Amino acid sequence: MERIPILKMGEFLLVTIQVDMHDRLALTLQDDLTEMIVKNRAHGVLIDISALEVVDSFIGRMLGNIASVSRVLDAATVVVGMQPAVAITLVELGLSLPGVRTALNVEKGMELLRVSLAAPNGHADRQK
Amino acid sequence: MPIVKSEWWPVRSGEDIVRVRQIVRRWAVELGFGLVDQTKIVTAASEIARNTVDYGGGGEVLVESLSENARRGLRLVFEDKGPGIQNIDEALKDGFTTSRGLGLGLGGARRLATEFSVESRPGEGTRVSLTRWK
Repeated sequence: MERIPILKMGEFLLVTIQVDMHDRLALTLQDDLTEMIVKNRAHGVLIDISALEVVDSFIGRMLGNIASVSRVLDAATVVVGMQPAVAITLVELGLSLPGVRTALNVEKGMELLRVSLAAPNGHADRQK
Repeated sequence: MPIVKSEWWPVRSGEDIVRVRQIVRRWAVELGFGLVDQTKIVTAASEIARNTVDYGGGGEVLVESLSENARRGLRLVFEDKGPGIQNIDEALKDGFTTSRGLGLGLGGARRLATEFSVESRPGEGTRVSLTRWK
């Protein structure tokens, strides 16, 4: 079965989406990530979507779900590398990815994850 | 309005939705659409294609490249023979959904298109037409 690979990097998980995902593949990724967070006791998930030329409402919802589920499992999620045309289209579509933290690139995303992990009172994105 | 080229493609599965995105992208590039315009029409196509599969029980899309005076456009007509939409005005509102979606499909696609129309008869099917001009 076709799957998006998930890499473990210390306390973080890294996903680079490089294919135009059909809906089932997106759902499989969501399930796999949830499992990996628990199995590896990961505290951060970084999703690189710089290769994605389209983010429609389905993929947008998947990103939101991953962020929510990982938050419940005590892991922070950062989505990085969104192309400008994709960002413009997403907003016009009516999707602003509430609850999803974003960064310009992988480097800045990792930085954000490290900061949220080092925050004395837990993750920076934890709900007050 | 002169139609330069047209093709029918099936919209019956998740894989078909991906193929529709790729075909629409290719045609938009051929027409000389800029990156933002390409992304908007491809995203709108993806939303409506998913509706065709999930709610219409599958159907077809007619992809047409248009030329009118100096301007060029891309028109997509999605057709299914599914249960139809009971209340189109209601279905176009953000947040309207009969299932697992966010309910952005129809309304979102309308915002991404230059011209947009929905025709539907309960029990007979749905026809969604969207055009983006360069």
